[in-house]
Amino acid sequence: MLSYLVKRLLIALPVLLGVTVITFTIINLAPGDVVDLLVDPNISATDLAALRESLGLNDPVPVQYAKWLGQLLQGNLGYSYVNGQAVAERIGDRMGATLSLSLFALLIAYLIAIPVGVISATKQYSLIDYISSILALVGVSVPNFFLGIGLIYVFALKFQWLPVSGMYTLGGDNSLFDLLRHMILPAFVLGAGTVGQVTRYTRSAMLEVVRQDFIRTARAKGVSQTVVIYKHALRNALIPVITLLGLQIPNLLGGAIITEQIFSWPGMGRLSIEAISSRDYPVLMGLNLMAAVLVVLGGLVSDILYSLTDPRIRYS
Amino acid sequence: MSASLKVANQPGTKPAAEAPKERSNPVLRRFLRHKLAVIGLIILLTLIVVAVFAPQFAPYDPNAIMATYDDHPSAAHRLGLDQVGRDVLSRVIHASRISLSVGVVAVSIYVVIGTVLGSIAGFYGGKLDIVLTRIADMFLSFPQIMLILVIVSMIGPSIWNIMVVLGLLGWPPIFRIVRGQFLTLREQDFVQAGRAMGAKDSRLIFRHVLPNSLGPILVSATFGTATAILTEASLSFLGLGVQPPQASWGNLLIDAQSITVIESMPWLWVPPGALIFLSVLAINFVGDGLRDALDPRLKR
Repeated sequence: MLSYLVKRLLIALPVLLGVTVITFTIINLAPGDVVDLLVDPNISATDLAALRESLGLNDPVPVQYAKWLGQLLQGNLGYSYVNGQAVAERIGDRMGATLSLSLFALLIAYLIAIPVGVISATKQYSLIDYISSILALVGVSVPNFFLGIGLIYVFALKFQWLPVSGMYTLGGDNSLFDLLRHMILPAFVLGAGTVGQVTRYTRSAMLEVVRQDFIRTARAKGVSQTVVIYKHALRNALIPVITLLGLQIPNLLGGAIITEQIFSWPGMGRLSIEAISSRDYPVLMGLNLMAAVLVVLGGLVSDILYSLTDPRIRYS
Repeated sequence: MSASLKVANQPGTKPAAEAPKERSNPVLRRFLRHKLAVIGLIILLTLIVVAVFAPQFAPYDPNAIMATYDDHPSAAHRLGLDQVGRDVLSRVIHASRISLSVGVVAVSIYVVIGTVLGSIAGFYGGKLDIVLTRIADMFLSFPQIMLILVIVSMIGPSIWNIMVVLGLLGWPPIFRIVRGQFLTLREQDFVQAGRAMGAKDSRLIFRHVLPNSLGPILVSATFGTATAILTEASLSFLGLGVQPPQASWGNLLIDAQSITVIESMPWLWVPPGALIFLSVLAINFVGDGLRDALDPRLKR
């Protein structure tokens, strides 16, 4: 087990290093540099050159990369072209909003998907199974901006049950209830794809487990159908379903861009749109780098969880 | 394993083009039994026909500006007029060309890249394999849409740039599939026999192993097309994809970022949104059907 963990970490490290290389390359390809954007336009060309020299912008690219990586490891992601604020700080300000939205989306998604997947599997080829399979595919196929606009139209504009956008009511009491009301629509939009995936996954995991010998044994012993399904089978089917959590990170972070844009949710997704329209490349690459690190860690956690919960798995 | 995969390289993988007498083909038979896949295929073919003959189907020039604007759907303009006074139906029909072709071209690019790199890595193994696999892992680590947004904002948004960026970034899943197929197949008897008979590497790759990988590649490419269409639509919706006045399903929804349009002009955003949804759903149904048809082990 320990050797597997070490091995898995050793694979993750070069990938993370490669991620920093890709990030750095893209920043370097981006037009303009810090000096162009931060400096007084009236400054003379010689002074500009001197400034570039002193900032290390004339160093060979590998040297620049090494310096950049050194800063990165100390938690310095660079400074925003727009207001000079530290990138880490800008992202930090927005992280909470995205995190709470994503967690709520995951919660909704799993609460819908697991029961539906289980019912679908226990009644294989029934009408319910058919409908839920179609709905699962619908969840994966619906463009989240279209779903978002549709939900705003129905629930916020026609019936006015829920707020159109934002995180809190302006001038409101900023209560948890207010937050939840604002979160329902965007979280559902963000989680729709996950609902589809997890439903399909739960269904096939259940179908696989139900066919195994220990289930047949349990049935032969006269254990009731409910206990067989919900105690024996579900427990085993949930293992791969839970480990799928770690793999949802790219979907959630990617989906957050559109979802937050539609619902004016002040998180990292909206920050990336702001950064794109102002060509704030350090912020953009900081966001990308963080997303990539989260994705790699998510994959790592999911693999480790999988091997911990399922002792049958032996990695070579 | 090998039996089911051998089936995969027969022409039956394109059921629509088959003559009825070839119905004995097991792949085609299994595909046709999958009702949703058949429905999906019919929807998809309809959309493709409309896209190909867009000028014939569209009642007006998509860029022609009428005397009024913001009009409700009427007999003359079935889906109404947009905020500039262009016929929405004509724009939606012409947009299908753009949206579908972006999906197909992008996926074609990355299927070629993924197949070539995957074949090299899986067939030769060794250090090259390790390096290519790690590179694929690195690209898979970025949420794709984020990386695309950054690159497109640098090189400028246009239909060609979207196709190329999607194509250049999309290869890792195909790479993984092809590499995996090569790893399992290269040790199998029929490949070993070919090798023993002195076949060249290129012959082993193109005649023995690759044809057996076509099924999984086709399934992945089908799902990939759905994803590419969604990604293009999202980018265009954000204003970073296909640029107006050229219409794509995604950029027709740009106007729907205002509450007034959402509330009082649903004819502007429902048709293009519904078409993205419908085409992606249809392609996913076809993908599901293909997967079940090509890999019977997954069923029952």
